[in-house]
Amino acid sequence: MSVLQTTNRGYAALETAGAWLLALLWILPLAYALWAAIHPSAYSAHFVLNAPLTSENFARAWNAAPFARYFLNTFLLVTMILGAQLVLCTLAAYAFARFTFTGRDLAFILVLLQLMIMPDVLIVENYRTMSAFGIVDTIPAIGLPYMASAFGIFLLRQTFKSVPRELDEAARVEGAGPLTVLLKVYVPLAKPVYIAYGLVSVSYHWNNFLWPLIVTNSVNTRPLTVGLQIFASTDQGIDWSVITAATLMTSAPLLVAFLLFQRQFVQSFMRAGIR
Amino acid sequence: MHGPEPAATVSAAATPPARLRLSAQLHGWLLLLPAAVLLVAFTHYPAVATIIDSFFSTPKGHRAAVFVGADNYQAMLGDPAFWRALGNNIVYAASVIPLTIALSLAMAIWVNGKIAGRPFLRLSFFTPTVLPMIAVANIWLFFYAPGYGLLDQMLGVFGIPAHNWLGGQSTALVCLIAVAVWKDAGFFMIFYLAALQQLSPQLAEAASIEGAGRWYFFRRVTFPLLMPTTLFVLINAIINSFRLIDHIVVMTQGGPDNTTALLLFYIYEVGFKFWDTAYAATLTVVLLALLAIVALGQFLILDRRIHYQ
Amino acid sequence: MSAKSRWLVPIAGAALMALTSIATAKDITLSFYYPIAVGGPIPKIIDGYVADFEKENPGITIKAIYAGTYQDTLVKALTTFKSGEPPDIAVLLSTDMFTLIDEDAIAPFDDLLKTDADKAWLKSFYPAFMANSQTGNKTWGIPFQRSTIVMFWNKDAFKAAGLDPDKAPDTWDELVADGKKLVQRDGSGNVSQWAIEIPSSGFPYWLFQGLTTANNVQLMNAAGTQTAFDKPGVTGALQFWVDLNKKDAIHPPGVIEWGTTPKDFFERKTAMIWTTTGNLTNVRKNAPFPFGVAMLPAHQGRGSPTGGGNFYFFKKMSDDERAAAFKFVQWMTTPERAADWGIQTGYVATRPDAWDTDAMKKYVADFPAAAVARDQLKYAVAELSTHDNQRVTKALNDGIQAALTSTKTPEQAMKDSQAEAVRILRSYQ
Repeated sequence: MSVLQTTNRGYAALETAGAWLLALLWILPLAYALWAAIHPSAYSAHFVLNAPLTSENFARAWNAAPFARYFLNTFLLVTMILGAQLVLCTLAAYAFARFTFTGRDLAFILVLLQLMIMPDVLIVENYRTMSAFGIVDTIPAIGLPYMASAFGIFLLRQTFKSVPRELDEAARVEGAGPLTVLLKVYVPLAKPVYIAYGLVSVSYHWNNFLWPLIVTNSVNTRPLTVGLQIFASTDQGIDWSVITAATLMTSAPLLVAFLLFQRQFVQSFMRAGIR
Repeated sequence: MHGPEPAATVSAAATPPARLRLSAQLHGWLLLLPAAVLLVAFTHYPAVATIIDSFFSTPKGHRAAVFVGADNYQAMLGDPAFWRALGNNIVYAASVIPLTIALSLAMAIWVNGKIAGRPFLRLSFFTPTVLPMIAVANIWLFFYAPGYGLLDQMLGVFGIPAHNWLGGQSTALVCLIAVAVWKDAGFFMIFYLAALQQLSPQLAEAASIEGAGRWYFFRRVTFPLLMPTTLFVLINAIINSFRLIDHIVVMTQGGPDNTTALLLFYIYEVGFKFWDTAYAATLTVVLLALLAIVALGQFLILDRRIHYQ
Repeated sequence: MSAKSRWLVPIAGAALMALTSIATAKDITLSFYYPIAVGGPIPKIIDGYVADFEKENPGITIKAIYAGTYQDTLVKALTTFKSGEPPDIAVLLSTDMFTLIDEDAIAPFDDLLKTDADKAWLKSFYPAFMANSQTGNKTWGIPFQRSTIVMFWNKDAFKAAGLDPDKAPDTWDELVADGKKLVQRDGSGNVSQWAIEIPSSGFPYWLFQGLTTANNVQLMNAAGTQTAFDKPGVTGALQFWVDLNKKDAIHPPGVIEWGTTPKDFFERKTAMIWTTTGNLTNVRKNAPFPFGVAMLPAHQGRGSPTGGGNFYFFKKMSDDERAAAFKFVQWMTTPERAADWGIQTGYVATRPDAWDTDAMKKYVADFPAAAVARDQLKYAVAELSTHDNQRVTKALNDGIQAALTSTKTPEQAMKDSQAEAVRILRSYQ
């Protein structure tokens, strides 16, 4: 082997080692969560190989807070937000991409403003708005500020703009109105973008915390994140066994989904052309 | 954004008749309306209302809000906790953003390359994204626990003494920065990965034929081609560094002595713990101004990017 | 969701609410927010109480909603109050009294005390607990889950250090002397076991009061309009706390996390801890060694602040609702129930006659440590409570943390905290 090849092999080995070290470091919290959740409290800080296994932590976690309800709330919330986003952003993006109307460019700039000024930053005022409408502590109240997503509009506009006009014209020639063109031509072509966007939206809202914390008061509306925080913060002290059990329970759906759909996840981002 | 429209290709008429133009206007606005209503209601109106509220006092019990001019701003300028929060946020953003982007790029390159065990790498890097911050913050609390915490246990093997990581002024913010980088790097990795996989392999072949080294190839070819992704990721990273405060709520509550207070956390404290809504509005105005500056920067850069596409 | 169906949800919701409210017009439904501040199956216990109450009182329904920590519950109660839908009853910190009065959110109990029995009932609570519950000659809160700070000590560690395992240090001097013997170092000279941990995250002011009371100083006046953070006794107490690490090297450096302090104790990272009596059951269950519970060490004086939560009634209740709520509160604070609550959670039963019940006598006989907190009540003082309480306590908290992390001297830290408190309280003078 030439010197260059050996050096390259050396670098490659170093790089592999580096990548693996980083990966191990990265998965450490999840690994620890697994450890603490399946062993009794006494072992949550001691990594003794032959420590007894137990499922008591999961039972305790499940009984300590109405997680079933929290799951339902989160599922409803995420579905509601995504559904609304898909509809609203499609319509708006279509308007920006294919229609000329006065004030369009100004409107688009105002939309882009939301990319930076997210509803999370305007918690005080938005809370006031919600209470003025009397919808504090409802699931729609959590979702409303996010339903018109500037990110979604931006993405879809980009995608729609790249659809060849010929297809649009062809459909119109066949007598289709603008909405039909949208549904039959643009939407199917933007499928990868929808999937990628949907994945981003679901994982964002599944894990959102501050706004749901402020807006919800009761078990019937709390999503998982808020339920988890209330559950985990006792003045008595932190019991990592139960907290990690609860964490694993609440993150399981997303984790499993990602495990199963890793490849599709990445591919959809590729095809979406989110570059 | 508003570059020249692709020239009308197939349509026979050069300009659609007035009736069609009107209907296009109507259609355009109607399509936009639902999204516009929500956007105005929950982004633009609150932003304006916040600015207005910052010039009034906080209503309390029976006392209504009173116009106080720039009093709130004066109080803010004299509030050491505000300066702390602002300073912290800038340091925090300036640390988290480059680290996250650099790491996510490295991760993407590794996962895209020929390293053994790529599926495990990819899974491991991306896992933090699907875990809620509020949950992982508790786990990190264990990592940082003095003495028996994981970090001290590992350092103890090397004889390094136990350290109060979250309870010391010099280390607390660094610890939170680490948590934030850990959380976001994997998410940005996916974007870079998608972009990398779209790069033509011929470029790499051509480079290796020419004898270009890997680092040279990366610096001169790969990285510039990834610029659009980097910009996209940069925007997200900036937003997150102002938006994500869940870990502070769990791990330090802004302490010790405000060393880990970020702007949005301080706003939450003032608005929902002290109930001083006017002052919270004033602080929010500062946050909005910061974000607006970033948005302006993004517009200018993105504009240039669009033009050379 | 299409535009049309999006409106259906709130309309349907409103219709449903209207229907249900008509259906239960005869019954009284009260909403009750309560925090979870100690471990254990609190929701189950509360739900059990509520079910028993409802059985004995048909026609009254209590909707018990747990809302997180005291902080969370206060935030929830005030946010709902400001949006017009407050809870009827809430268990909130006794120190939130002034804040709630200022927000015009709560109503005093006095007009509900009609009979002599009622008045006797009110007098039957420990005076220490009533200190944070009354102001301006009115009663604003009824003690429910109250606590004091106690000191836990590891008997095995004491034995190993050559100290009498059954006697905890009782004065500051003894604390330092014993502490020096208890500190253990490993091979490379690093501390593997500290002598004492006094937590300082979250609400260090409470633990700090355990030191200032021993120094015979009060932090605020009874009306909650003035603070005394820069008095020599206060800075002296802070100096003592700082010196425990800096000078005597028996206390870990920096800010000590409240939530992990019990765990530190179990892991033998420290031989003594200061924490709430609410942790009694937790420590009893999880400490892998024999332990003792002691009153806080004395210096020029002795004592501990009280802590914990009271029942509060929110305004906007009709007279019927108030009467029903009052029944509930009285029911929840009978001697038997107060004893039961204390036994199950580790809180201090709020009235002397609760300690005389059979259940409690048996519990104390079984577990004498439980009586320590009760005995300390003689020396208990009111917890720091002022107008704009959250802000004022934050000023003090920041100062304490600054001193403990050595970024300010205790004098400077307390001077700054006092200046800040004066500024905040100016409009209440």
